[in-house]
Amino acid sequence: MLQAPEISPELIEKDGLYREMGITDEEFQLVKKILGRLPNFTETGIFSVMWSEHCSYKTSKPVLKKFPTKAPHVIQGPGEGAGVIDIGDGQAVVFKIESHNHPSAVEPYQGAATGVGGIIRDVFSMGARPIAILNSLRFGNLTSGRVKYLFEEVVNGIAGYGNCVGVPTVGGEVQFDNCYEGNPLVNAMCVGLIDQKDIQKGIAAGIGNTVIYAGARTGRDGIHGATFASEDLSEESESKRPSVQVGDPFMEKLLIEACLEVIHCDALVGMQDMGAAGLTSSASEMASKAGTGMEMDLDLVPQRELDMTPYEMMLSESQERMLLVVEKGREQEIIDVFQKYGLEAVAVGRVTDDKRFRLLHKGEVAADIPVDSLAEDAPVYHKPSKVPTYFEEFQTMEDYYPEVLDFSETLKALLQQTTIASKQWVYDQYDSMVQTNTVVTPGSDAAVLRVRGFDKALAMTTDCNSRYIYLDPETGGKIAVAEAARNIVCSGAKPLALTDGLNFGNPDKPEVFWQIEKSVDGMCEASLKLQTPVISGNVSLYNESGNQAIYPTPVVGMVGLHESLDHITPSFFQSKGDAIYVIGETNPEFGGSELQNLLENDYFGKAPKIDLEVEAKRQNQLLKAIQSGLVASAHDLSEGGLAVALAESLFSNQLGCEVEVNGDVTSDLFSETQSRFLVSVKEENQTAFEALLEDAKSIGYVTDSGKLSVSQSSKTIIEEPAESLKALWKGAIPCLLKSKG
Amino acid sequence: MKFAVIVFPGSNCDRDMYYAAKDALGAEAELVWYQTANLENYDAILIPGGFSYGDYLRTGAIASTSHIVNEIKQQAERGTPVLGVCNGFQILLEAGLLPGAMLRNKNLKFMCHFEELIVENSNTMFTSAYESKQMISLPIAHGEGNYYCDDATLDQLKENNQIVFTYASNPNGSINDIAGIINEAGNVLGMMPHPERAVESLLGSADGLELFKSVLNNWRETYVAGA
Repeated sequence: MLQAPEISPELIEKDGLYREMGITDEEFQLVKKILGRLPNFTETGIFSVMWSEHCSYKTSKPVLKKFPTKAPHVIQGPGEGAGVIDIGDGQAVVFKIESHNHPSAVEPYQGAATGVGGIIRDVFSMGARPIAILNSLRFGNLTSGRVKYLFEEVVNGIAGYGNCVGVPTVGGEVQFDNCYEGNPLVNAMCVGLIDQKDIQKGIAAGIGNTVIYAGARTGRDGIHGATFASEDLSEESESKRPSVQVGDPFMEKLLIEACLEVIHCDALVGMQDMGAAGLTSSASEMASKAGTGMEMDLDLVPQRELDMTPYEMMLSESQERMLLVVEKGREQEIIDVFQKYGLEAVAVGRVTDDKRFRLLHKGEVAADIPVDSLAEDAPVYHKPSKVPTYFEEFQTMEDYYPEVLDFSETLKALLQQTTIASKQWVYDQYDSMVQTNTVVTPGSDAAVLRVRGFDKALAMTTDCNSRYIYLDPETGGKIAVAEAARNIVCSGAKPLALTDGLNFGNPDKPEVFWQIEKSVDGMCEASLKLQTPVISGNVSLYNESGNQAIYPTPVVGMVGLHESLDHITPSFFQSKGDAIYVIGETNPEFGGSELQNLLENDYFGKAPKIDLEVEAKRQNQLLKAIQSGLVASAHDLSEGGLAVALAESLFSNQLGCEVEVNGDVTSDLFSETQSRFLVSVKEENQTAFEALLEDAKSIGYVTDSGKLSVSQSSKTIIEEPAESLKALWKGAIPCLLKSKG
Repeated sequence: MKFAVIVFPGSNCDRDMYYAAKDALGAEAELVWYQTANLENYDAILIPGGFSYGDYLRTGAIASTSHIVNEIKQQAERGTPVLGVCNGFQILLEAGLLPGAMLRNKNLKFMCHFEELIVENSNTMFTSAYESKQMISLPIAHGEGNYYCDDATLDQLKENNQIVFTYASNPNGSINDIAGIINEAGNVLGMMPHPERAVESLLGSADGLELFKSVLNNWRETYVAGA
């Protein structure tokens, strides 16, 4: 890695050293033009991180612009640390998702831990108390030792950090497919709660105001993390371990409490965390947003190691650091709060009126850059896009229809598929209850947290079936948003908004860029239709290893509001005698299904269709039925279809069910047709329920037999004790982890 | 009656404990920062769970050397009820207010879920609202909850009825299924499960509320005339 500061500007140009930092020849020419001279080593580093895809979105910007971001209840859309949504009573919910894929691929524990730490800082830098963490994880199949190691250590890292900072990890998802073998995905979402009057922004306003650095000291860890995140993983990635940050959750916990105390001091003007590209991005973005400049004296920056260069200090991604702008003359009020928690807080600079980003080091100017050129003037690329041949082939294929001979055995096998199997092994390691608000703990469609002191609750989930998106990005993109909303609705809440965690391969490949465009198109259409604007998000590109791109995986993190605690609805059956309904018709749709994975060990053909009109109608009707108190339980039908959903509905108590199917049995049981729900209803509510849900069809009733029974024309085709199905479902992942390989 | 909830750097169940005492029980409660000089004005002391000092060195070890622990010791000697939950229990062990030590869970992993407990001793100021041998459901959330002590200590704990809670199905390897123990004087209780997380049925169980009620009832009987 380049570190020598004495390298002259001329040498940087002559030897093309900027290329090693990820700057292209054209970009270097642009930098020269902006500065009117050659950049020095530090400046080159600063441009390289700020213009990396991770910070500038230079490749994805043209696509991201399409997202619907506005609605009456949106207080803050994309652009700040996290998005903010009005939830009434003067309160707001703050949330964002972020990826930490590349670090987790080379150093899974710290990669995942610091991913959690970073997203929590994004939320409390807005002034909100972090109330929940969710994780969306993708790994290769649990057959190789390396994948098991990555899986176990990522979970360990999330637990190690999240448990210590005292923010409950309440939900998320884990899926397994070969395409993630060398490039796992680790996306963390944080949700915060705030009184609207306390919302902070990351702005450096007020000429002459003081810039304060607070929290952990700056070390040499994480240098060039943002650049590392913006390239493909390769054999050399192992050498990028120094680009992985090391987290200290204890420090973060102190920082949370100090920052949430500091926001009540009116001397505070703005606050932002030092995330990707550390001090460089927080400082330049705060000035750029306020239309000001900033001058910092790097000799004043608390340093963990001796003789750090300006380059190292500006590019370090040491964790647990915050940058604050404070009214001149009132610095001590702020510093005192941090000192109460034993944290360093030091004045390191001031806000200027010249729109320059100026850094001083040992009496010399180490960098002097027009501040807007870093945050706003990064080049924007309109990449070529091309329809992949695989997609064209899939579209012309005949519909895939699996041959199933033994329905019981197929159900058992599906329940043991890692993507379907219980994730208890994972979430048991997370403290899901601290802060004592968690009403619905992990393992359900959506997690539910009550809002203390009010008759309302928040539902939250992450979702993305990347198999469908691989088969058909536009349709799959719609499904990802629709399924997240379905999960929120099933819990009894109204979907409010979403945050997107866009994970894709190398966008320089036209086929990958096409996947990005199309899936975003699909997500946009669904967001508009379901009235869930996109209020924050993150883009992670270059998720490739060994030239294999991951499936396009735009994760949807969604939050909804229960308008009363009475609306909170379980996902599993409640009592004997309740009628069981499926809402929505079922078609033979198996492209990208779990059954296809089971039988063919591959995905091909067409993704399931989705009609967003129908989706929106059914979601609204179901939510109304829940709010009217007519629904005992609601579960969305997803991977594995009805049979898996029925089984899951029996795993939380000792009940059974008797269900009659009368169409094509394989489809009825295992198809993954969209926009369907499995609902149970008390006898006395059936008439009112049926009047509201025109697409609901009664298929049977809940029993106390402890057995899952399915019959066709009075002939039993499945009869299995729920306990033994549960044992298979629960044991699958621990069993794979124990097996050698 | 007024509860003090001690807040160490890294405590993270402090507010949960505060809400349990104040909202669920309806008593007075205050969050008390660890640098506070004395605890004379409080009727009971609650040491919450969390990761004091990041669990660095050993769980509870650094917190146990802080000034406020001396103050807690003094109050305990005077008979003030002291409850340490999870990391609070670990601190009480490290401070020598309770015997024994904590090992990592036998599966070496953090675990968080509800566990069934048996109230082994309902004759304490913390458990008098429970029936003897009552089964209760409380959450656990710990990585180091595998209680260990030597044979002599275990004999003593048994002999003096100091084992207050045991696990119905031991999750972490604790010796004799121990989930909570009390000191000989009967006013210092340490337990790994979280009663403060189980004070509302909305969150899955209200079985922990009886523990706080016991403390309040005993205080009333002792200090409130005519109670």
